Amino acid sequence: MSLRSVPMNRVAEPVDRDALFPPEVRSQIDREIAKYPPEWRQSACMAALRIQQEAHGGWLTQGAMDAVAAYLDMPDIAVYEVASFYSMYELKPVGRHKVCVCTNVSCMVNGSDRIVDHLEKRLGVGFGGTTSDGRFTLKEVECLGACGGAPMMQVGKQYYENLTPEIVDSILDGLE
Amino acid sequence: MANEVCFRTLDLDRPWLLDRYKSRGGYEMLTRILKEKTDPKQIIDEVKKAGLRGRGGAGFPTGIKWGFINRGAPGPKYLVCNSDEGEPGTFKDRDILRYNPHQLIEGMVIAAYVINAHTGYNYIRGEFWEPYERFEGALKEARAAGYLGQDILGSGFDFDLHSHLGGGAYICGEESALLESIEGKKGQPRFKPPFPAQVGLYNAPTIINNTESLASVPEILRHGADWFRELGVANSGGSKLFSVSGNVSRPGNYEVPLGTPFADLLEMAGGVRDGRTLKAVIPGGSSSPVIPGAMMMDLTMDYDAIAKVGSMLGSGAVIVLDDAQCMVRVLERMACFYYEESCGQCTPCREGTGWMYRVIKRIEHGRGCPEDLALLDDVAARICGRTICALGDAAAMPVQGMLKHFRDEFQYHIDHKRCMVGA
Repeated sequence: MSLRSVPMNRVAEPVDRDALFPPEVRSQIDREIAKYPPEWRQSACMAALRIQQEAHGGWLTQGAMDAVAAYLDMPDIAVYEVASFYSMYELKPVGRHKVCVCTNVSCMVNGSDRIVDHLEKRLGVGFGGTTSDGRFTLKEVECLGACGGAPMMQVGKQYYENLTPEIVDSILDGLE
Repeated sequence: MANEVCFRTLDLDRPWLLDRYKSRGGYEMLTRILKEKTDPKQIIDEVKKAGLRGRGGAGFPTGIKWGFINRGAPGPKYLVCNSDEGEPGTFKDRDILRYNPHQLIEGMVIAAYVINAHTGYNYIRGEFWEPYERFEGALKEARAAGYLGQDILGSGFDFDLHSHLGGGAYICGEESALLESIEGKKGQPRFKPPFPAQVGLYNAPTIINNTESLASVPEILRHGADWFRELGVANSGGSKLFSVSGNVSRPGNYEVPLGTPFADLLEMAGGVRDGRTLKAVIPGGSSSPVIPGAMMMDLTMDYDAIAKVGSMLGSGAVIVLDDAQCMVRVLERMACFYYEESCGQCTPCREGTGWMYRVIKRIEHGRGCPEDLALLDDVAARICGRTICALGDAAAMPVQGMLKHFRDEFQYHIDHKRCMVGA
């Protein structure tokens, strides 16, 4: 068996690349592709999925993933593999705001349970659940590397540290 | 003596800006090296002599790693920075990216010059959006100022640097999984050998260093190997960022010389919170075996001292636990983490992490069986050394550490179906 790493081949009809994405999505993906050697377009897969996820309301439809595969000359299955391996990609619909609470050791010994209880009560959903108005999805996450500010959570791209139930309320109140 | 290396600009207003970094001698070393065309071998020797050991967790000497590259080999070579900071308890690279990104860039250009790489990637964990934006801003400034790109400072040396955002997978902090991830795949570690210095990114020779290691390089070269080495102690050169978290009054990052007594570090972090007693310390990220508090109070924070008591300095993530903490609960949470993060490639890790988690969980929840501790010993021992990467060992070692030092607490849970803390 060869240990050589080679880009995956796509066995499919050639596609019209111009028709896959709106121009602003395409230009973002193109900027990512340019970072890597020309024969390694697939290196931009993670970035392209992130950009697609943002453009599709926070989750990846099969169509969104298939477009990435076609654009990067990858087999569809290779893109699904990436999308299902990494925890930040969502394969089901999520709320407008994804509330990710860390419950790992440093947060746990600083009372993340209290934050989780409060969020579950306030939102009326458990981990993995989305509020009926589609505003929030609650998610348990592993250590986010902000243990000095435990307990902490991430909402969208933003970290919030040194949480109390009152601080959590003020953060959620400020979100549409 | 604190904040001498990576945090040396922390007192400045918006220290992440190029002009602030330059006001403290930033990019001077790179300029000198490129102007004098310093022999790369001389730089490697200096980094070796400084005693810089990899700050990501494994502690492998950085200079020796650089020496593995055949810089004259035909074809491309790559430099990769590992900013996929995910070891629970660790939050130091986040602050280097946020507050001193230019020092990392300077270190990376120097390293690239040493190994003759013309392209580099900084793999930043996907959740670190703010640090990523800071780093991107610094890249823009560095390119405009001619510290990156073609013909850097008129030297004829080309190097471009890009960030690659991760997607939320602890395993990508393992260097070969990280390379797979940059190649657009699931992050599953590769068999070694070949090591990345022979066959790395896109099959090319590749050097992967941690953020803190690379950011330390400009200061080592500016002040000399002796200066850096003498900050620390024998076999542990320099200072190190310690991320102190858990039950302390002032959690945070502290950059102090290696060999600093743990008691001093604890005091800097404000001591154990709420007047409670120190029970235990996880000294180097959640993969490092726990050390009882009393034992820890006699130790210094360097590679050898922590190794001597059967643990490791790891990433320098110090998790302090007070006497209100139940060790079974702490271990249950850690076991859950490794179970979640095992990439599933090797059977002992994929299955073993699940076994350990389920057994610890049932002990914690009052359903433990008399034979469970022996079962845990057995499963942990059977994972160690039987997997492609170190995640298996990283999952087993905390279990072994807890059972070694706090076995009675686990036994109590099994015998009494409840916790002995507060009992």
